[in-house]
Amino acid sequence: MKKLPFAITLEVGSSHANQTGSWRVKRPVYVDRVPPCNNACPAGENIQSWLYDAEPGDYETAWRTLVEDNPFPAVMGRICYHPCETACNRAQLDEAVGINSIERFLGDLAIERGWELPPAGTDTGKRVLVIGGGPSGLSAAYHLRHLGHETRLVDSAPKLGGMMRYGIPAYRLPRAVLDAEVERIIGLGVDVSVDHAVRDIERERSEGGFDAVFLAVGAQLSHRVEIPAGDSSHILEAVSLLHRVAENDPPLLGRRVAIYGGGDTALDTARTARRLGATDAVVVYRRNQEHMPAHADELQDALDEGVTMRWLSTISRVDNDRIVIEKMRLNDEGFPEPTGEFETLAADSLVLALGQDTDLSLLDGEPGVTIEDGVVQISPAMSAAPNGIFAGGDAVPSERTATVAIGHGKRAALGIDAYLAGHDVIAPPRSELATFERLNTWYYADAPRAHRTELEAARRQNTFDEVVGGLTEENALFEARRCLSCGNCFECDNCFGVCPDNAVIKLADSPHYKFDYDFCKGCGICAQECPCGAIEMRPERT
Amino acid sequence: MTTQPVRFYQIGSFAVGNRLVDQADRTVQSRPDRSNSLDSGHRACQGCGEALGARYALDAAMRATNGQLIAVNATGCLEVFSTPYPETSWRVAWLHSLFGNAPAVATGVAAALKVKGMHDVRVVGQAGDGGTVDIGFGCLSGMFERNDDVLFICYDNEAYMNTGVQRSGATPAAARTATTEAIGPEPGNVFGQGKDLPRLAMAHGIAYVATATVADLHDLEAKVERAMEFHGARYLHILVPCPLGWGSAPSDTIRVARLAHQTGLFPVFEAEYGEVTAVSSIRHRMPVESYLSIQSRYAHLFGEGGRPDIVARIQAIADRNILRYGLLEMPPSDSDRMETSP
Repeated sequence: MKKLPFAITLEVGSSHANQTGSWRVKRPVYVDRVPPCNNACPAGENIQSWLYDAEPGDYETAWRTLVEDNPFPAVMGRICYHPCETACNRAQLDEAVGINSIERFLGDLAIERGWELPPAGTDTGKRVLVIGGGPSGLSAAYHLRHLGHETRLVDSAPKLGGMMRYGIPAYRLPRAVLDAEVERIIGLGVDVSVDHAVRDIERERSEGGFDAVFLAVGAQLSHRVEIPAGDSSHILEAVSLLHRVAENDPPLLGRRVAIYGGGDTALDTARTARRLGATDAVVVYRRNQEHMPAHADELQDALDEGVTMRWLSTISRVDNDRIVIEKMRLNDEGFPEPTGEFETLAADSLVLALGQDTDLSLLDGEPGVTIEDGVVQISPAMSAAPNGIFAGGDAVPSERTATVAIGHGKRAALGIDAYLAGHDVIAPPRSELATFERLNTWYYADAPRAHRTELEAARRQNTFDEVVGGLTEENALFEARRCLSCGNCFECDNCFGVCPDNAVIKLADSPHYKFDYDFCKGCGICAQECPCGAIEMRPERT
Repeated sequence: MTTQPVRFYQIGSFAVGNRLVDQADRTVQSRPDRSNSLDSGHRACQGCGEALGARYALDAAMRATNGQLIAVNATGCLEVFSTPYPETSWRVAWLHSLFGNAPAVATGVAAALKVKGMHDVRVVGQAGDGGTVDIGFGCLSGMFERNDDVLFICYDNEAYMNTGVQRSGATPAAARTATTEAIGPEPGNVFGQGKDLPRLAMAHGIAYVATATVADLHDLEAKVERAMEFHGARYLHILVPCPLGWGSAPSDTIRVARLAHQTGLFPVFEAEYGEVTAVSSIRHRMPVESYLSIQSRYAHLFGEGGRPDIVARIQAIADRNILRYGLLEMPPSDSDRMETSP
């Protein structure tokens, strides 16, 4: 026996013998909560995750994380209305993170450096027909190739892109960018046929021996209204006008152009008219700004370019170069009512931008497909009929944006994949939302947003050059680091540092920490001081 | 286009670590190889600020001295919860004698090391506020006055917590303790001048005096490191909230300490040879209510029959601190706190 000092009977022991974990009534648990940006993204992007990859400057990894969900970062970084930024928690602190501009930076960098999409999956032997080469059709083709299905993509137009090419003006989306991202998808082995209109879906399907069909024909037909008009009145449709401009065959509009409608298409048309030489581009809309369906950014850009608005007005008659407008007022429900007051407006041409309808004649006689309100009804997995017909994009009930369509393409691809395997789509369990209240914002450094440059308004009116510029690398990195990483650990070491009982163990790799429940007393300081709300205190089982 | 140099790191230097900066710019506490001078299994209450403060300070001192450190401890919570016979939580050479004599024992250890020629071994004395401002004050003042080579650290939780929350010379005005009950026209502790030990230490003209809280780790560690650059008597006063004695939630320990600083009630500064050389500015100024109302030792000031007049007097103390130390002057720009390029 070891000789102990005088009057000492026990050897020195470590307090490790005293496992204080038994005191605990609540235990801390690491969680991944859904950040509001991801939650709001119609394309299902994991935004917080690709920003995390971009924060140390690893742009290629960030881009790769991004394209797992959306193969169009450079396009999205230009034309997406970024609901992610509207939802961003940082908006409650200073300003939302400029997610859209970072996405564009990554997308442009990928094109510049020639980064390749991940290769197609192992061949499953299944064949899928995608009808329509717009955002949802291309997105579906991309994901279907990843899942290993042979994919044929047909489109009635001479080039792929759908409304991204024939609806969105070049000053918002340069065609070189669109071409680069479309070609990358086709490069995965998509069998493409353009100038190919499908008249009968059943015949097309059986002739090609397809196991499933994704219908993504979009909404190409201008919505019609009856307006009494004189013989020499010059009336056009917005969709065909934008289509002709995209094909370098712009129609003559005259100096004074009136546009009828209040959506993004109306504003795109007005801005295009300015570029085609119109001195006056007046948007006539029956309700007011508050009720306008167009996005606020788009309206501001149009106003900056000298487009004028006629709120609370309907067009009741067109007489050659004069338009008769009736003034409206909103009733209590926000609907416009006629006032009986009339005005005239001088206009050389009138462009109708009153919404679009979808041409579903190819579905005539197709059993199992339900068409309501002019669009195809679908299940949550985008299935339109039990025999393997899926539908998405503008042809189904939705907010008609390219981003929503891209999300549809992904969901449909997963739906088709499950259908071909003979089971239902297995949706992963959804975590709780990472709300602002769950953050400890003390820890984030204050930093204003890095704004994208814009061409000076005076210069841009007569050019189809791109209006919004990109971020420099420096600004993109700065902007990425403004991300609060809501609900997802970003390795700040706070939990590891603030534990009075050393009950957090730091690991070499992901996951970065774990709790030592032998010693954790359950005080909850870690959860309280976690900046991003990635720790939850749960009651111990008794 | 706005151009901003990239020196912005998402969380700057407010958090314990930060994957975006060099290891050298992170705290000692962020290192997996930190000393853990105070180890797991100690019997401090849930959310103990003193356990946290002691590990923060001693780990930083261990790193600054390359592990050549002896700690002398006064009686108090820190001693009791860490060393119930025969266990110890200390992973640093550690000794305890009496409640009131820790500064004198530390002086003796420093003298012994000098005699033995062990010049690389440094000495830290540590105590709670009772052992520092009341019982040990005579020894401490002597240690300062003789300029003995000891860093003395006070973990201030503003009362005698170990024996059941009795008031000390560091208990703030209006706080309820077992011996200053919340009754009568002047409930809680009296409004005296208090015993402001950092300023008393400065009056001794010693090389280095600083205050810190467990809410700003970078600041606390920098002060320990700075203190170790001097020889002679040095003093560090760390505010460590006590969930038990203050009646705050165990999870709020750091939040309470942060509010003590952000309200101005606990000025954070450093001084050399009797002169204040730097203050830690208030980043988001808060009214004292935000600090007082989350502690039940001040519960009698709020709600029905509350005492807004007393809250106002406490606010006046905070305002005076802000003026005296210039706590609102030149707030550091967030992104300037860490300048290294990626």
